[in-house]
Amino acid sequence: MPVEAIADKSLLWTVILGLGAATFLLRFSFLGLIGNRLIPGFLLKMLRYTPMAMIPGLVAPGVVWPAATGGEPDPARLLAAMVTIAVGIWFRSTLAAVGAGVAVLLLGLWGLG
Amino acid sequence: MPPSLAPIFRQAPIFRQALLRAMPFTVMIVPFGALFGVLATAQGMSVFEAMAFSVVVIAGASQFAALQMMQDGAPVLLIILTATAVNLRMAMYSVAMTPHLGMAPLWQRAVIAYFLVDQSFVLGAAEYERRPEWQLAEKLAWYAGIVTPICGLWYLATWMGATFGKAVPPHWPLDFIVPVSFLAMIAPILLTRAQMLAAAVSVGGTLALWWMPHSSGLLVAALAAMLAGAIWETREEARHAG
Repeated sequence: MPVEAIADKSLLWTVILGLGAATFLLRFSFLGLIGNRLIPGFLLKMLRYTPMAMIPGLVAPGVVWPAATGGEPDPARLLAAMVTIAVGIWFRSTLAAVGAGVAVLLLGLWGLG
Repeated sequence: MPPSLAPIFRQAPIFRQALLRAMPFTVMIVPFGALFGVLATAQGMSVFEAMAFSVVVIAGASQFAALQMMQDGAPVLLIILTATAVNLRMAMYSVAMTPHLGMAPLWQRAVIAYFLVDQSFVLGAAEYERRPEWQLAEKLAWYAGIVTPICGLWYLATWMGATFGKAVPPHWPLDFIVPVSFLAMIAPILLTRAQMLAAAVSVGGTLALWWMPHSSGLLVAALAAMLAGAIWETREEARHAG
Protein backbone atom coordinates (compact mmCIF):
# COMPACT_ATOMS: atom_id res chain seq x y z
CA MET A 1 0.00 0.00 0.00
CA PRO A 2 2.15 2.87 -1.24
CA VAL A 3 1.25 6.13 0.47
CA GLU A 4 0.89 9.44 -1.38
CA ALA A 5 2.81 11.48 1.18
CA ILE A 6 5.72 9.04 0.85
CA ALA A 7 5.58 8.86 -2.93
CA ASP A 8 5.90 12.68 -2.92
CA LYS A 9 9.62 12.81 -2.16
CA SER A 10 9.83 16.53 -1.34
CA LEU A 11 7.09 16.05 1.25
CA LEU A 12 8.78 12.98 2.71
CA TRP A 13 12.12 14.78 3.09
CA THR A 14 10.38 17.80 4.61
CA VAL A 15 8.98 15.48 7.30
CA ILE A 16 12.33 13.73 7.87
CA LEU A 17 14.39 16.93 8.11
CA GLY A 18 11.71 18.98 9.89
CA LEU A 19 11.05 16.33 12.52
CA GLY A 20 14.78 15.67 12.87
CA ALA A 21 15.58 19.36 13.41
CA ALA A 22 12.72 19.92 15.86
CA THR A 23 13.62 16.80 17.84
CA PHE A 24 17.28 17.80 17.97
CA LEU A 25 16.33 21.25 19.27
CA LEU A 26 14.30 19.64 22.07
CA ARG A 27 17.28 17.48 23.02
CA PHE A 28 19.77 20.34 22.73
CA SER A 29 17.54 22.93 24.41
CA PHE A 30 18.78 23.01 27.98
CA LEU A 31 22.02 21.13 27.46
CA GLY A 32 23.22 23.41 24.70
CA LEU A 33 21.52 26.74 24.84
CA ILE A 34 19.66 27.49 28.02
CA GLY A 35 21.94 25.83 30.55
CA ASN A 36 21.11 25.59 34.21
CA ARG A 37 18.73 28.48 34.38
CA LEU A 38 15.60 28.26 36.48
CA ILE A 39 12.88 26.23 34.77
CA PRO A 40 9.37 26.50 36.20
CA GLY A 41 8.68 23.33 38.17
CA PHE A 42 5.16 22.98 36.84
CA LEU A 43 6.41 22.99 33.22
CA LEU A 44 8.86 20.19 34.07
CA LYS A 45 6.04 18.22 35.65
CA MET A 46 3.95 18.59 32.48
CA LEU A 47 6.83 17.43 30.27
CA ARG A 48 7.13 14.26 32.34
CA TYR A 49 3.60 13.32 31.27
CA THR A 50 4.21 13.56 27.50
CA PRO A 51 4.49 9.79 26.90
CA MET A 52 1.13 8.98 28.53
CA ALA A 53 -0.44 12.16 27.14
CA MET A 54 0.50 11.57 23.49
CA ILE A 55 0.74 7.84 22.86
CA PRO A 56 -2.62 6.54 24.18
CA GLY A 57 -4.40 9.25 22.15
CA LEU A 58 -2.33 8.45 19.10
CA VAL A 59 -3.39 4.81 19.30
CA ALA A 60 -7.01 5.11 20.46
CA PRO A 61 -8.79 5.97 17.17
CA GLY A 62 -7.04 3.10 15.36
CA VAL A 63 -8.11 0.71 18.12
CA VAL A 64 -11.75 1.81 18.15
CA TRP A 65 -12.14 2.53 14.42
CA PRO A 66 -9.42 0.52 12.61
CA ALA A 67 -8.68 1.53 9.00
CA ALA A 68 -8.20 -2.11 8.03
CA THR A 69 -11.91 -2.81 8.64
CA GLY A 70 -13.06 0.47 7.06
CA GLY A 71 -13.59 2.13 10.44
CA GLU A 72 -15.90 -0.55 11.84
CA PRO A 73 -15.05 -1.57 15.44
CA ASP A 74 -13.36 -4.97 15.34
CA PRO A 75 -13.62 -7.36 18.33
CA ALA A 76 -10.22 -8.99 17.69
CA ARG A 77 -8.38 -5.65 17.67
CA LEU A 78 -10.29 -4.30 20.70
CA LEU A 79 -9.58 -7.46 22.68
CA ALA A 80 -5.89 -7.44 21.69
CA ALA A 81 -5.55 -3.82 22.85
CA MET A 82 -7.21 -4.55 26.19
CA VAL A 83 -5.07 -7.62 26.83
CA THR A 84 -1.90 -5.64 25.95
CA ILE A 85 -2.78 -2.93 28.48
CA ALA A 86 -3.78 -5.41 31.20
CA VAL A 87 -0.66 -7.56 30.81
CA GLY A 88 1.55 -4.45 30.63
CA ILE A 89 0.12 -3.01 33.85
CA TRP A 90 0.07 -6.35 35.67
CA PHE A 91 3.54 -7.67 34.76
CA ARG A 92 5.25 -4.29 34.23
CA SER A 93 6.90 -5.73 31.14
CA THR A 94 6.75 -4.34 27.61
CA LEU A 95 7.94 -7.61 26.12
CA ALA A 96 5.23 -9.66 27.87
CA ALA A 97 2.60 -7.12 26.82
CA VAL A 98 3.64 -7.20 23.14
CA GLY A 99 3.71 -10.99 23.18
CA ALA A 100 0.27 -11.31 24.77
CA GLY A 101 -1.24 -8.60 22.54
CA VAL A 102 0.06 -10.08 19.31
CA ALA A 103 -1.00 -13.61 20.34
CA VAL A 104 -4.55 -12.45 21.14
CA LEU A 105 -4.68 -10.45 17.90
CA LEU A 106 -3.65 -13.43 15.75
CA LEU A 107 -5.95 -15.84 17.62
CA GLY A 108 -8.79 -13.34 17.43
CA LEU A 109 -8.41 -12.64 13.73
CA TRP A 110 -8.21 -16.36 13.06
CA GLY A 111 -11.06 -17.34 15.40
CA LEU A 112 -13.44 -14.38 15.04
CA GLY A 113 -12.55 -13.22 11.53
CA MET B 1 42.44 13.69 18.52
CA PRO B 2 41.09 16.93 20.09
CA PRO B 3 42.55 17.42 23.59
CA SER B 4 39.05 17.29 25.11
CA LEU B 5 38.67 13.67 23.96
CA ALA B 6 41.89 12.18 25.39
CA PRO B 7 40.63 11.90 29.02
CA ILE B 8 37.50 10.11 27.84
CA PHE B 9 39.51 7.47 26.01
CA ARG B 10 41.35 6.69 29.25
CA GLN B 11 38.05 5.46 30.71
CA ALA B 12 37.77 2.24 28.70
CA PRO B 13 36.68 0.10 31.71
CA ILE B 14 33.71 2.40 32.34
CA PHE B 15 32.85 2.28 28.64
CA ARG B 16 32.82 -1.53 28.79
CA GLN B 17 30.66 -1.57 31.95
CA ALA B 18 28.16 0.66 30.19
CA LEU B 19 28.07 -1.63 27.14
CA LEU B 20 27.06 -4.51 29.42
CA ARG B 21 24.54 -2.37 31.30
CA ALA B 22 22.83 -1.42 28.03
CA MET B 23 22.50 -5.01 26.78
CA PRO B 24 19.08 -5.87 28.30
CA PHE B 25 17.66 -2.71 26.75
CA THR B 26 18.61 -3.79 23.23
CA VAL B 27 15.95 -6.53 23.38
CA MET B 28 13.24 -4.00 22.51
CA ILE B 29 15.34 -1.89 20.14
CA VAL B 30 15.80 -4.59 17.52
CA PRO B 31 12.14 -5.56 16.92
CA PHE B 32 10.99 -1.91 16.96
CA GLY B 33 13.71 -0.80 14.55
CA ALA B 34 13.00 -3.72 12.25
CA LEU B 35 9.25 -3.03 12.38
CA PHE B 36 9.88 0.59 11.40
CA GLY B 37 12.01 -0.54 8.46
CA VAL B 38 9.36 -3.04 7.34
CA LEU B 39 6.46 -0.55 7.56
CA ALA B 40 8.41 2.33 5.98
CA THR B 41 9.34 0.30 2.89
CA ALA B 42 5.88 -1.33 2.72
CA GLN B 43 4.44 2.20 2.45
CA GLY B 44 6.77 3.18 -0.36
CA MET B 45 10.07 4.36 1.14
CA SER B 46 13.38 3.21 -0.26
CA VAL B 47 15.88 1.55 2.07
CA PHE B 48 17.90 4.79 1.98
CA GLU B 49 14.89 6.91 2.97
CA ALA B 50 13.93 4.57 5.82
CA MET B 51 17.54 4.70 7.06
CA ALA B 52 17.62 8.49 6.76
CA PHE B 53 14.49 8.61 8.92
CA SER B 54 16.08 6.51 11.67
CA VAL B 55 19.44 8.32 11.52
CA VAL B 56 18.13 11.89 11.31
CA VAL B 57 15.23 11.58 13.78
CA ILE B 58 16.46 8.68 15.98
CA ALA B 59 13.25 8.59 18.07
CA GLY B 60 11.13 5.48 17.50
CA ALA B 61 7.70 6.51 18.79
CA SER B 62 7.69 9.78 16.82
CA GLN B 63 8.83 7.96 13.67
CA PHE B 64 5.85 5.61 13.91
CA ALA B 65 3.59 8.58 14.62
CA ALA B 66 4.86 10.41 11.51
CA LEU B 67 4.41 7.27 9.44
CA GLN B 68 0.81 6.88 10.61
CA MET B 69 -0.04 10.52 9.92
CA MET B 70 1.51 10.41 6.45
CA GLN B 71 -0.69 7.40 5.80
CA ASP B 72 -3.73 9.42 6.94
CA GLY B 73 -2.80 12.17 4.49
CA ALA B 74 -2.38 14.90 7.12
CA PRO B 75 -0.80 18.25 6.11
CA VAL B 76 2.98 18.28 6.43
CA LEU B 77 3.14 20.91 9.19
CA LEU B 78 0.68 18.97 11.36
CA ILE B 79 2.67 15.75 10.82
CA ILE B 80 5.85 17.44 12.03
CA LEU B 81 4.05 19.16 14.93
CA THR B 82 2.35 15.98 16.20
CA ALA B 83 5.42 13.77 15.84
CA THR B 84 7.53 16.44 17.57
CA ALA B 85 5.00 16.58 20.41
CA VAL B 86 5.65 12.86 20.99
CA ASN B 87 9.27 13.90 21.68
CA LEU B 88 8.53 16.75 24.10
CA ARG B 89 9.77 14.58 26.98
CA MET B 90 13.28 14.94 25.53
CA ALA B 91 13.38 18.57 26.66
CA MET B 92 12.93 17.17 30.18
CA TYR B 93 15.81 14.71 29.59
CA SER B 94 17.89 17.66 28.42
CA VAL B 95 17.17 19.46 31.68
CA ALA B 96 18.10 16.37 33.71
CA MET B 97 21.42 15.89 31.88
CA THR B 98 22.56 19.51 32.14
CA PRO B 99 23.98 19.37 35.70
CA HIS B 100 26.04 16.29 34.73
CA LEU B 101 27.20 17.00 31.19
CA GLY B 102 26.56 20.72 30.79
CA MET B 103 30.26 21.64 31.22
CA ALA B 104 31.39 19.65 28.17
CA PRO B 105 32.48 21.69 25.12
CA LEU B 106 29.68 22.84 22.83
CA TRP B 107 30.36 20.31 20.05
CA GLN B 108 30.31 17.46 22.55
CA ARG B 109 27.03 18.72 23.99
CA ALA B 110 25.61 18.71 20.47
CA VAL B 111 26.69 15.06 20.05
CA ILE B 112 25.26 14.18 23.48
CA ALA B 113 21.98 15.88 22.54
CA TYR B 114 21.72 13.94 19.27
CA PHE B 115 22.03 10.63 21.17
CA LEU B 116 19.67 11.66 24.01
CA VAL B 117 17.05 8.89 23.82
CA ASP B 118 14.92 7.22 26.51
CA GLN B 119 17.59 4.65 27.32
CA SER B 120 20.53 7.06 27.50
CA PHE B 121 18.49 9.27 29.83
CA VAL B 122 17.30 6.44 32.09
CA LEU B 123 20.63 4.61 32.30
CA GLY B 124 22.68 7.80 32.35
CA ALA B 125 20.77 9.69 35.01
CA ALA B 126 20.50 6.61 37.25
CA GLU B 127 24.24 5.92 37.18
CA TYR B 128 25.27 9.58 37.61
CA GLU B 129 23.17 9.73 40.78
CA ARG B 130 24.87 6.59 42.10
CA ARG B 131 28.40 7.81 41.28
CA PRO B 132 28.69 11.40 42.53
CA GLU B 133 32.52 11.05 42.50
CA TRP B 134 32.61 10.74 38.68
CA GLN B 135 34.25 13.54 36.73
CA LEU B 136 33.13 14.65 33.28
CA ALA B 137 35.42 12.17 31.45
CA GLU B 138 33.96 9.21 33.33
CA LYS B 139 30.40 10.40 32.73
CA LEU B 140 31.04 10.83 29.02
CA ALA B 141 32.66 7.39 28.72
CA TRP B 142 29.59 5.85 30.41
CA TYR B 143 27.28 7.77 28.07
CA ALA B 144 29.23 6.60 25.01
CA GLY B 145 29.03 3.01 26.25
CA ILE B 146 25.25 3.23 26.60
CA VAL B 147 24.46 4.85 23.25
CA THR B 148 26.83 2.73 21.15
CA PRO B 149 24.76 -0.51 21.31
CA ILE B 150 21.37 1.23 21.69
CA CYS B 151 21.66 3.61 18.74
CA GLY B 152 23.89 1.35 16.66
CA LEU B 153 21.31 -1.44 16.84
CA TRP B 154 18.51 1.04 16.07
CA TYR B 155 20.19 1.86 12.72
CA LEU B 156 21.05 -1.75 12.02
CA ALA B 157 17.55 -3.04 12.83
CA THR B 158 15.95 -0.38 10.61
CA TRP B 159 18.24 -1.44 7.78
CA MET B 160 17.39 -5.13 8.30
CA GLY B 161 13.65 -4.45 8.36
CA ALA B 162 13.83 -2.23 5.30
CA THR B 163 15.99 -4.67 3.36
CA PHE B 164 14.30 -7.95 4.25
CA GLY B 165 10.80 -6.63 4.97
CA LYS B 166 9.41 -7.95 1.70
CA ALA B 167 9.74 -11.45 3.11
CA VAL B 168 6.94 -10.65 5.60
CA PRO B 169 3.73 -12.39 4.42
CA PRO B 170 1.26 -9.73 3.19
CA HIS B 171 -1.68 -11.04 5.26
CA TRP B 172 0.07 -10.33 8.57
CA PRO B 173 -1.90 -7.68 10.52
CA LEU B 174 1.07 -5.29 10.55
CA ASP B 175 -1.34 -2.33 10.78
CA PHE B 176 -2.15 -3.35 14.34
CA ILE B 177 1.33 -4.35 15.52
CA VAL B 178 2.21 -0.66 15.96
CA PRO B 179 -0.75 0.15 18.28
CA VAL B 180 -0.03 -3.01 20.28
CA SER B 181 3.64 -2.02 20.60
CA PHE B 182 2.73 1.52 21.67
CA LEU B 183 0.30 0.27 24.32
CA ALA B 184 2.91 -2.22 25.51
CA MET B 185 5.40 0.63 25.95
CA ILE B 186 2.99 2.80 27.94
CA ALA B 187 1.10 0.32 30.14
CA PRO B 188 4.11 -0.77 32.27
CA ILE B 189 4.98 2.86 33.13
CA LEU B 190 1.48 3.76 34.35
CA LEU B 191 2.43 3.63 38.02
CA THR B 192 0.66 6.55 39.68
CA ARG B 193 -2.93 7.82 39.66
CA ALA B 194 -1.73 10.98 37.91
CA GLN B 195 -0.16 8.95 35.11
CA MET B 196 -3.31 6.86 34.66
CA LEU B 197 -5.40 10.03 34.64
CA ALA B 198 -3.19 11.53 31.92
CA ALA B 199 -3.57 8.38 29.79
CA ALA B 200 -7.36 8.38 30.27
CA VAL B 201 -7.68 12.07 29.34
CA SER B 202 -5.51 11.42 26.28
CA VAL B 203 -7.74 8.58 25.06
CA GLY B 204 -11.08 10.21 25.95
CA GLY B 205 -10.05 13.61 24.61
CA THR B 206 -8.73 12.31 21.28
CA LEU B 207 -11.85 10.21 20.65
CA ALA B 208 -14.15 13.11 21.61
CA LEU B 209 -12.20 15.51 19.36
CA TRP B 210 -11.89 13.11 16.42
CA TRP B 211 -14.15 15.40 14.37
CA MET B 212 -11.32 17.97 14.26
CA PRO B 213 -9.46 17.90 10.92
CA HIS B 214 -6.48 15.55 10.40
CA SER B 215 -6.26 14.26 13.98
CA SER B 216 -5.40 17.74 15.27
CA GLY B 217 -7.64 16.96 18.26
CA LEU B 218 -4.80 14.72 19.47
CA LEU B 219 -2.63 17.75 20.28
CA VAL B 220 -5.46 19.43 22.22
CA ALA B 221 -6.17 16.21 24.12
CA ALA B 222 -2.45 15.68 24.88
CA LEU B 223 -2.10 19.19 26.27
CA ALA B 224 -5.16 18.58 28.47
CA ALA B 225 -3.69 15.23 29.57
CA MET B 226 -0.34 16.79 30.51
CA LEU B 227 -2.13 19.50 32.49
CA ALA B 228 -4.36 16.92 34.20
CA GLY B 229 -1.37 14.78 35.21
CA ALA B 230 0.66 17.73 36.50
CA ILE B 231 -2.28 19.23 38.40
CA TRP B 232 -3.17 15.88 40.00
CA GLU B 233 0.46 15.36 41.02
CA THR B 234 0.59 18.83 42.57
CA ARG B 235 -2.61 18.15 44.52
CA GLU B 236 -1.28 14.81 45.79
CA GLU B 237 1.90 16.51 46.96
CA ALA B 238 -0.15 19.15 48.79
CA ARG B 239 -2.24 16.41 50.42
CA HIS B 240 0.85 14.55 51.67
CA ALA B 241 2.44 17.75 52.89
CA GLY B 242 -0.69 18.75 54.81
